[in-house]
Amino acid sequence: MTLNLRVKSSEFIDETNRISFKFDGKTYYGFKGDTLASALIANNVHLVGRSFKYHRPRGIMTSGSEEPNAIVQVNPNSNITEPNARATEIEIYEGLEASSQNCWPSVNFDIGGINNFLAPLFPAGFYYKTFMWPKSFWEKYEFFIRHSAGLGKSPNTRDPDIYDHRNIHCDVLVVGAGISGILAAKNAAKNNFKTLLLDEKNELGGSTIFEANEDNKINHNSASEWLKKEINELKNIENLEIKTRTSVAAYHQYNYLLARENLTDHLVKKDKKNKIRQRLLKIRAKKVILATGALERPLIFNNNDRPGIMLSSAIKKYSNFYGVACGTKNIFFTNNDSAYESALSLHNKGIKVEAIIDIRENSDTKIIKKINDAGIKIYWAHTIVDTRGYKRLSGVSIMKLSNDGTSVTGNKISISCDCLGIAGGWTPAVHLYTQSGSKLTFDEERKIFFPKTDTKEQISVGSCGGDFELDEIITNLNYKLKNFLNINKTDFEGISLENDHETSKRNIWLLPSDKTIGKTKPFVDYQNDATAKDIKLALREGFRSIEHVKRYTTTGMGTDQGKLGNMHALGIIADTAGVKMGELGTTTFRPPYTPLTFGTIVGRNVGEFFDTFRRTPMNDWHIKNKAEFENVGQWKRSWYYPKEDETMHQAVQRESKAARQSAGILDASTLGKIDIQGSDASEFLNRVYTNAWSKLAIGKCRYGLMLNEDGMVYDDGVTTRLGENHYIMTTTTGGAANVLGKLEDYLQTEWPELDVYLTSVTDHFATASLCGPNSKKILNKIIPDLDLSDDNFPHMSFKEVLIDKIKCRIMRISFTGELSYEINAPASYGEAIWQKCIEAGKEFNITPYGTETMHLLRAEKGFIIVGQDTDGTMTPIDLQMDWIVSKKKYDFIGKRSLYRSDTMKEDRKQLVGLLTEDPNIVLEEGAQIVSELNQKPVEMLGHVTSSYFSPNLNKSIALAVVKDGKNMMGRKLFVPMENKNISVTVANTVFYDEKNERLNA
Amino acid sequence: MRNKYSIFSLFKNALSYHENWQRAWKDPAPKKEYDAVIVGGGGHGLATAYYLAKKHNMQNIAVVEKGWIGGGNTGRNTTIIRSNYLWDASAGLYDHALKIWEGLSQELNYNVMFSQRGVMNLAHNLQDVRDLKRRTHANRLNGIDAVYLNTEEVKKFCPIINTSQDIRYPVLGGTLQRRAGTARHDAVAWGYARGADEMGVDIIQNCEVKSIKRSGDIVEGIDTTKGFIKTKKIGVVAAGHSSVVANMAGLKLPLESKPLQALVSEPVKPIIDTVVMSNAVHAYVSQSDKGELVIGAGTDDYISYSQKGSHQIVEGTLNAILELYPIFSRMRMLRQWGGIVDICPDASPILSKTSIKGLYFNCGWGTGGFKATPGSGDLFAHTIANDEPHKLNAAFNLNRFVSGDLVDEHGAAAVAH
Amino acid sequence: MFLINCPYCGERDQQEFKAGGEAHIERPKQPTELSDDEWAEYLFMRKNIKGVQFERWNHAHGCRKWFNMARDTSNDEIKAIYKMGEKPPTQ
Repeated sequence: MTLNLRVKSSEFIDETNRISFKFDGKTYYGFKGDTLASALIANNVHLVGRSFKYHRPRGIMTSGSEEPNAIVQVNPNSNITEPNARATEIEIYEGLEASSQNCWPSVNFDIGGINNFLAPLFPAGFYYKTFMWPKSFWEKYEFFIRHSAGLGKSPNTRDPDIYDHRNIHCDVLVVGAGISGILAAKNAAKNNFKTLLLDEKNELGGSTIFEANEDNKINHNSASEWLKKEINELKNIENLEIKTRTSVAAYHQYNYLLARENLTDHLVKKDKKNKIRQRLLKIRAKKVILATGALERPLIFNNNDRPGIMLSSAIKKYSNFYGVACGTKNIFFTNNDSAYESALSLHNKGIKVEAIIDIRENSDTKIIKKINDAGIKIYWAHTIVDTRGYKRLSGVSIMKLSNDGTSVTGNKISISCDCLGIAGGWTPAVHLYTQSGSKLTFDEERKIFFPKTDTKEQISVGSCGGDFELDEIITNLNYKLKNFLNINKTDFEGISLENDHETSKRNIWLLPSDKTIGKTKPFVDYQNDATAKDIKLALREGFRSIEHVKRYTTTGMGTDQGKLGNMHALGIIADTAGVKMGELGTTTFRPPYTPLTFGTIVGRNVGEFFDTFRRTPMNDWHIKNKAEFENVGQWKRSWYYPKEDETMHQAVQRESKAARQSAGILDASTLGKIDIQGSDASEFLNRVYTNAWSKLAIGKCRYGLMLNEDGMVYDDGVTTRLGENHYIMTTTTGGAANVLGKLEDYLQTEWPELDVYLTSVTDHFATASLCGPNSKKILNKIIPDLDLSDDNFPHMSFKEVLIDKIKCRIMRISFTGELSYEINAPASYGEAIWQKCIEAGKEFNITPYGTETMHLLRAEKGFIIVGQDTDGTMTPIDLQMDWIVSKKKYDFIGKRSLYRSDTMKEDRKQLVGLLTEDPNIVLEEGAQIVSELNQKPVEMLGHVTSSYFSPNLNKSIALAVVKDGKNMMGRKLFVPMENKNISVTVANTVFYDEKNERLNA
Repeated sequence: MRNKYSIFSLFKNALSYHENWQRAWKDPAPKKEYDAVIVGGGGHGLATAYYLAKKHNMQNIAVVEKGWIGGGNTGRNTTIIRSNYLWDASAGLYDHALKIWEGLSQELNYNVMFSQRGVMNLAHNLQDVRDLKRRTHANRLNGIDAVYLNTEEVKKFCPIINTSQDIRYPVLGGTLQRRAGTARHDAVAWGYARGADEMGVDIIQNCEVKSIKRSGDIVEGIDTTKGFIKTKKIGVVAAGHSSVVANMAGLKLPLESKPLQALVSEPVKPIIDTVVMSNAVHAYVSQSDKGELVIGAGTDDYISYSQKGSHQIVEGTLNAILELYPIFSRMRMLRQWGGIVDICPDASPILSKTSIKGLYFNCGWGTGGFKATPGSGDLFAHTIANDEPHKLNAAFNLNRFVSGDLVDEHGAAAVAH
Repeated sequence: MFLINCPYCGERDQQEFKAGGEAHIERPKQPTELSDDEWAEYLFMRKNIKGVQFERWNHAHGCRKWFNMARDTSNDEIKAIYKMGEKPPTQ
């Protein structure tokens, strides 16, 4: 069938630009300006997809983002494929490919179509009632259910496209560029408001722009001609930014809106390359004008879903805007005047309109007269009771409606047709309005929810505000704009307006059929195959709340989120339950308004930009020297430095030995550093650490343990007194930001009387930690002038020195138990100082070591790592670090919590050393510890927190927390692994150099 | 006697065009007095009522719900069910629940679609590896199925994960609990409601508690929007609103109610057959039977009852999703929403008596309450009926915040999904 | 996404701030004098108000200053912002 249904050249379609595209493997042609939907219709293709549950043939219903049926897989089997794209929104380009979804082997012959005949077995919620027997079969049922569900296919390759974000701050944001939006934006901008106008379509002008109703006139011109002139003038207005193909997805609190700007989806493939595909606009607007228009409602009647059944307004748009006829024999079915406009447009273009079926008794507006004059038959007070045609509509049956609208009478009349326009009235598009948190009100007379309130920050204008007639729209817009923008006059005040007014209304949410409802299929949610009888079934079964009905029947849960059918669902519930719709309330409209690409939300935060890298000033040296890195928070830390084909284990053993036997060097730059100054600095430290600080002499260092207020160990590190009122605190690498935040919190909110200032200087210093018996000699080579004797520069003290005129701080502190010096240099000299150490250390075979060796060496000494040996449940007492908890101090953070009944228990889990019976077995970190093997249930006493093979002791060592560990010294315990039990003995936590002799070696 | 759901009843009812299905639950007006009233008609509350009626022979009870049943966190969560918790107390509680899940559809004669597709937790740094191994060992010794997987095994179990070691936070390994999975959240509420209703429990919707009446330290009843209801036992299962109810009784709880968001994509054919959770980069994903990717975001840091969260949380979550699953870049978010989660300082729940006689609280489930629904209901029913906790929920008392004997699950999971 | 008027910097996006929970819970001056119950009350028990709550916020990615906010937690409407040490607004 290559019937050409292009009826008339349209100014919106470029017929000189012919485009070929493929649908389901077949090549078709369209023109620049066509959507996939309009181009398919021009080629007389209406069958484009299959429904979710019953696999019923479905066609194109609408011309916009509310489309429930015509959803396709774009560019299948390519890296730019996209599932569930709406044919009504896809602008065609040369080379576009699309295919139908949810059908196999093809949309024409779909095996799943059998579901349509089994439909009686699949009422709403059927899956809750079955698939329960036999129990073990659920997995198989589920496999089948999952594979029949789903629509399109997820991409399975990396996305080649780029996405972007842009923050926009504007005075006035106007959403929707129909007649109201354009006038609003123009007047806002003209009055010096920085204005942004957005529309999801590629053309401005909304539905007015292609309207052909000669009865709607502005300044004696047709409304569309007048609007075109207005649009032309927009170009010359300053302060106004206009974005088309831009859909507002979400309207959050405080006028924060998210919009998706589509930049390349309509371009041919070669033009898409290396361009930003979509941009997320993050808009903070002082004022928001919603001009989002209204969505036409379908009518709910038996078999209202066949390909060829479309919204009346869509048929008009296809004919007037795209220049295509949706059928050769058209019928309209309506409850209002707007279908007559569509019918007349078709008629005037020579497209045959067979009849109009109107559920109203009559109407006497001008347009009715014109239809009569055109000789088009109108069936008043009739309804469609059934439709025919499996893959394409072939006819309808109509009957007379009873007076109360609940049944049909008389003879059945059959009319053949290939296209049916349905017009059920209009629903204001209030989705964004409600997302913003504003409330709706229901107009029982007009059967619409519309915005209850305008605020200083937000108004709704045009049909989304509940105004449908041209004069009403313009007059109210003028009034609202003046108030909202606080201006005296708009530039359209006083224009002359002529339009007809609808006089007759009748609304029936569910139209009756001659068959009982059980035998009909009146679809309310087309995509999910939810029918009016499903809704009634849900009500019968006790699901009363609209949310229950929605969830039970899946009404409104499709990719269109119920833009078409939700009102009917509400209406049917209200009618069935005998309550007023206004009392029923609506379901929540959740963001986004139309589905939003993940890539767009993520923007540039992919790959290496996923999270910040923090690298030390010596990073390049580490890379050059083949370091392996470990992620610690955002930092990249050298983990170990394998030589040639060394394994990690071999490298760590070598590094560990070298550091104890001669000299090692560690990049400790990542440790947090907080500069503390002020006359109350000592008092402040007294309050935040468990130990006492007042008596620390200037130039001395002290280790401190910081608790949470709940008494659990939070952080640790060495703090040095640089001057009377000046300290530098070091924190763990991962804890730096949190510690600073916590200290600031106490300082500002609990102890504002203290004269203390905190500054993070983590990034200002690079730290090279020299360690080992030869470290003193190396340091001496670097700073020959400095007296390194224990008298002048003892353990736990600090010197400020010049190295090549660079001011450095050296702390003689040790995390390895070896003689150690930490050289802190200004960050920009970090690598130079490091190099200098390496050079000076060459003769001592100085060995760079990473975090793994550092962890091993400190474990040999029983030093804890907060976060590895502690987990937020360990007090200092549990760590057997009673010595650091001052008994004299009246208070410090967390002190009181140490005296609660549970924290004072003697048999809490405590930090101990563990030695394996077989010294070659290295315990797994995280392994659990038990005292008896055959106990059931087994009581876990604790777990291994740190475990290594110590090359310096030539045996494995471990730290662990064990219940009542303090009193278990020497006890034999077990570590039960999956396939073996390991015998261990509880030991002291200090495995090496218990007397600390090496510190002064 | 209620008719049973089965394929045969579907056939039978199809013949009469489904006109004859019974109501799943009635819509009664409240009686003057009940033996116990459960405040909150979510999954936990309905399950509590169900087990009170079934196991403790208390049929003269009511569930009062201020909105519609299952409308709070029950109907808003990402439906992950697992029991691989670190501490013995938690493991006992959640595995008790998991065992009930395994037969729940049959027990309720309502298909809750419990799908044991496995839950995988990923490790992205060395401390994650230690923590996950610790948890795996503890799980194994507690009789909970859990295995540690290396990176290749992770990839094999879920091939679409990006396990390249060049990404910002590469996958270093993970744990897998095969018995874990997902269920259909609404069905849980509806199934328990139907079961409880059948045993005579009154489920009263649109009934908001206005105040709790007590005489000294003993409860006497509740004032509701549908009038006063006399009762000697009140079980509060009000999730995000627990503090609001507690305040009515003059109690303060160790809770903060915060926004938690989730989102789904458009439905697609099966692409991920398990549940994957990553705490370190904060991305949780599974696929519903309908085909939507179900993605859990994190909590905001402020207290709110607005059921809205901030966009930065959603953005951060999707950043992480695309880091781990770059193939999802062109997928689209269909719907996002927020719930109110009541979080305890130790990330463990409260199932406890209070200082007021006859007043019991079941709250503090934070971000992970759904999985516990059946177990929580069972144990809370026991606590209410006996005025004494079951040994499985004894640790989850209110006094732990005084004694310091917390059940701190933070160490194992930043967010206890 | 709130728009928060930092008393030191002016209006900024919520992303720059961290929330610090209920305000006006003063750290006891003499913790050792408190019973375990009283200490637990300070440590853990919170009003967790639905309605207007006084709470602490920190301009963490800005001036790092702490301040107080009165906010209706039922709809997130910010009613007032005031500095640390200042009395909460009465209306």
